[in-house]
Amino acid sequence: MNSSEQTAPLLEVRHLSKHFGAVQALNDFSMAVRPGEVVALAGDNGAGKTTLIKAISGVFQPTGGEILLRGQPVTFATPQEAREKGIETIYQDLALADNLSIGANIFLGREPMRKAFGFLPVLDRKAMAVAAKQTMGRLDFHVSRLDAPVSNFSGGQRQAVAIGRAVYWDAQILIMDEPTAALGVPEQRKVISLIHQLKAQGRGVIFISHNLQDIFAVSDRIVVLRRGIQAGERKISETNHDEVVKLMVGG
Amino acid sequence: MTSTSPTETHVAPQADHGDPARSWLARVAEGRAWLFLAGLIICFEVWSRLSFGATFVLNPFNVQSIAIFAVAPLLLATGQTFVIISGGIDLSLGFIMGLAAVVAAHATNMAGAAMPVPLAMMLGILAAVIVAGVPGVINGLLISRLRIPPFIGTLGMFGVARGAAFLLAGGTTVPVQNSWFALLGNGRFYGVPYLVIIAAVFVVVMHYILSQTRFGQHNYAIGANVQAARRAGIDIRGHILRLYVLSAMCAGLGGALYAARFTAGAAQAGEPLLLDSVAAVVIGGASLFGGSGTIFGTVAGALVIAVIQYGLVFVNVEPFWQFIAVGLVIIISVLIDQAQRRFSGARQDE
Repeated sequence: MNSSEQTAPLLEVRHLSKHFGAVQALNDFSMAVRPGEVVALAGDNGAGKTTLIKAISGVFQPTGGEILLRGQPVTFATPQEAREKGIETIYQDLALADNLSIGANIFLGREPMRKAFGFLPVLDRKAMAVAAKQTMGRLDFHVSRLDAPVSNFSGGQRQAVAIGRAVYWDAQILIMDEPTAALGVPEQRKVISLIHQLKAQGRGVIFISHNLQDIFAVSDRIVVLRRGIQAGERKISETNHDEVVKLMVGG
Repeated sequence: MTSTSPTETHVAPQADHGDPARSWLARVAEGRAWLFLAGLIICFEVWSRLSFGATFVLNPFNVQSIAIFAVAPLLLATGQTFVIISGGIDLSLGFIMGLAAVVAAHATNMAGAAMPVPLAMMLGILAAVIVAGVPGVINGLLISRLRIPPFIGTLGMFGVARGAAFLLAGGTTVPVQNSWFALLGNGRFYGVPYLVIIAAVFVVVMHYILSQTRFGQHNYAIGANVQAARRAGIDIRGHILRLYVLSAMCAGLGGALYAARFTAGAAQAGEPLLLDSVAAVVIGGASLFGGSGTIFGTVAGALVIAVIQYGLVFVNVEPFWQFIAVGLVIIISVLIDQAQRRFSGARQDE
């Protein structure tokens, strides 16, 4: 179906383990994401999906194993470090400041400044708005009211803003935690189409979802976790719902 | 797969089919403090003409008195605006102002013995602002490091600053012996009181900080969603610390100007002004839940309170009606805010 098997992985996780005291949340887990590939992570609650993405995104350090970015071993002490290396996590609860514009959200924490009257540093709102328009345009998301706070937009549109922020800062790996969970059906389709855009741009996406429909609509491969171990990995083109469910529940 | 192609699933931003009635209401809600102010002024003007055959607002003495009246609460309220936008509240501002007034009086007197009068005045003001920063630092540390809720942390500091101010004042008011200081508090420049000029410059600077700097932008973000701000890499602890120091220093300047106006420092200088400062911010359009508010809104809010208080005295109404009037304005203001939120905040997916 595609030649991604041959290209070098963008991100690779090898024999990753994480335990909290006596609890083994993740055990000798391996997977890889190639450029332009969408890998779905599936598994029941408590299977270790969240532990895995938190280890990859620098929220905490794995107890064992290694993470490779373009073949180089990396360790992240903080989520900031992971983000600087191009790994961005889109959280389920979005992490947007609802009272700020799209541009202000994209630049939150790294706002561009300009000099007014030649000396007074002020926020460069125009640059933020221009960048917002361009970035959202790349996601096929067209807004005319760039100064409106993001609370004016719908759930799917705000999801697009969160993704837009990652795209603007040139994230190569996007980890998306249940991006469609809180959305209505048309909005879910919009997010799925956004993921297709990311894929077309050659980024790697790790897509976590409970919704097999969405997983089959957007992913190239699916990795199933069960009680911290890798219960199976399938190409989407070579599997079906029943098989995935069996892998998840261990039937 | 075919059903999810990007072109087919394009969803137009719904904010774009804006209903004109909504944006009209939003505009009213945004500028409600100025509308209140205009309404009040018209009200008092009519009242004054009918009852006394005299003008209210065209009398320059009234305008000046209201402006001077509004200065101290406005200084507290500008600091409070920053704090409330961040989702916090600073209850200690009133007594920090009192503490600063006493410090300003003592410091000016002490410095006056050793140096020229204008220099002593400046040192006194500086001392007031710096000493006010100390409870601000403690507030900031309590809230950011020890995670004490702002309401409780600053309530504790309310007591500490109050006690410190009264102890420092020896339980009485401390007169200031400094001719420049007295001139600052009561003099005029082409008819405009110095106090009003200082407050106006101060307000412009604070507006700049809130609306044009990263500090201000992060303040809005923290008030709307701390988690988002943290994930965006904003140093929340550092921000909160600077925030409470800033608000305390606003109160410090307020205390120094109080000492200038009355040529005396008093520990209870800011006592009645604390709740006025919160009221001014709320009337000015900020939400106590954080994330919204502007400095110019707060200016209008402070003027609304000053006009009510001064106007009711002017038309010879018993002063206790002031409390009722200000209270009603606060309630109406919050009701307008909520109505506006209900109309414009409703999202498709919620």
